[in-house]
Amino acid sequence: MAAAGRPGKRAGSPVSGVVNGVVLRLTLRATMGRKRALIFAIAPVILIGVSALLKLTAHSPVWPPEFLGVFGFTVVIPLTALIIGTSVIGAEIDDGSIVHLLATPVRRLSVILSKFTAAVILTAAFGAIPEYLAGAIATGPASKLAIGLFAGALAASVIYNALFVMLSVVTSRAIAVGLLYLLVWEGLLGNLVGGVRLLSVDQYALGISNSVAHNANLHAHLTLSTAIGMGIVVTCIALAFAARRLSSFSLKGDAV
Amino acid sequence: MTTIELGNVSRWYGNVVAVNDISMTVGPGVTGLLGPNGAGKSTVLHMIAGFLEPSRGELTVAGMASWRNPEIFRTIGLVPERDSVYAFLTGAEFVTATARLHELADPGAAARRAIGIVEMAEAQDRKISTYSKGMRQRIKVAAALVHDPEVIVLDEPFNGMDPRQRLHMMDLLAGLGQQGRVILFSSHILEEVERLSGTIQVIVGGRLAASGDFRAIRRLMTSRPHVFLVRSSDDRLLGSALIGRPAVTGVELTPRGLQVRASDYGTFARELAGITRDQGIRLRELLPADESLESVFAYLIAS
Repeated sequence: MAAAGRPGKRAGSPVSGVVNGVVLRLTLRATMGRKRALIFAIAPVILIGVSALLKLTAHSPVWPPEFLGVFGFTVVIPLTALIIGTSVIGAEIDDGSIVHLLATPVRRLSVILSKFTAAVILTAAFGAIPEYLAGAIATGPASKLAIGLFAGALAASVIYNALFVMLSVVTSRAIAVGLLYLLVWEGLLGNLVGGVRLLSVDQYALGISNSVAHNANLHAHLTLSTAIGMGIVVTCIALAFAARRLSSFSLKGDAV
Repeated sequence: MTTIELGNVSRWYGNVVAVNDISMTVGPGVTGLLGPNGAGKSTVLHMIAGFLEPSRGELTVAGMASWRNPEIFRTIGLVPERDSVYAFLTGAEFVTATARLHELADPGAAARRAIGIVEMAEAQDRKISTYSKGMRQRIKVAAALVHDPEVIVLDEPFNGMDPRQRLHMMDLLAGLGQQGRVILFSSHILEEVERLSGTIQVIVGGRLAASGDFRAIRRLMTSRPHVFLVRSSDDRLLGSALIGRPAVTGVELTPRGLQVRASDYGTFARELAGITRDQGIRLRELLPADESLESVFAYLIAS
């Protein structure tokens, strides 16, 4: 075939790169363009609004770690990550538009990492940064608690999104499964069963926060090195599994 | 020469066999994969495009297996059946983004060329959400063409198109086929593809039922026995005139009108016009009575 002279023959380099800029930009645009994006604003409103309110009215000094640490890390950040993490790739799988992305030589791991990066950026913007701002309102912008909460929230954004991106590739009911996991595993068992702490993202985030903030009211049970080490392991396993499953992405054939 | 090769390929879902032991070779030019709904056409196309794993058999495109092999998409351009695209993008943005995903040297130029081929330059700066069905289909073809692939696979490309859009798409596919590309499309409506020449593969019930030249199949289609229901100002007179013609093999008076069996579609149509004119009969209604797809395919397979 006479391909010579046509514009657009490929540049020669294999399609590689860990994070694909095109996929990342498309994902950010698509995710922010959905109606669901309005829900993203709930977390900052709760974190910053309630903190401002408590700052004015509360007399007890333990509310910042209790509200921002325990409530923020077990409810607000995970739910924000759940909504964002399941929407960056799950929505495209649901409506089939993922085919346009997958019918290209972009490596599946690269697709997953790009989607994951988009989710982390959005969760940091709508979860971790408001968490820091709320901490700054509570105890001052340079306070150890505010910085610790920010570090923990960032870690939670990363690890939770790895899990939720994986869930969206594995199941079409990612939100329901993710919610169940948060309620049962992170919420119930994490508090009742000691061993679960080692496998609780909530505890990794609190451990990282506590290594900066040194605040007993955070109820952190893991050391910094355990928290970081386990966080990295969980993140890598989840993303590798997601890429593996995406490589086997199948279209439904004829109605059978 | 680039080909798609299927060797004894089967695909089943649990106990249900969707594709049963199909072998075929698809070479350069336009090939239609035809069959009624649920026959297994999409299953075959999805396996070729690497979006479904064959349960058994050998399947290669340009010598490479397509399952779990994203590299295959340097050779294949896929136009999926579903209409979902990134509707928030303009046509040009969508095709350029696809060119970037293929890491083409000059994505802008590649996108302009592909959009030019499908004649969408005028609408390229509008959001895809504002496009008609036919325009969406064309912009999807542009995206599939942008990296200049040797093989283009289209799943039901004529679905939902109006006749003018369909003609345009057929011309487009014919042109791509003449360039030496392997063009494989699926369709469940035989009449949709009447203008295309090339080969067709007919799939019924998951099996390859017939394959051959478009023209031969088309001849079979037009010369197969047809049953029509005719209502006119004088059914009895019309019936007596019709039965004298060789193209008519049977006439029956029914309360709903004349039921006419014709052996040859074209001749019958011409003769009906002549008779009504000569006898001064006014035609009120002419309906095909057996145009169900299944009957057409059943006839083709039997021949």
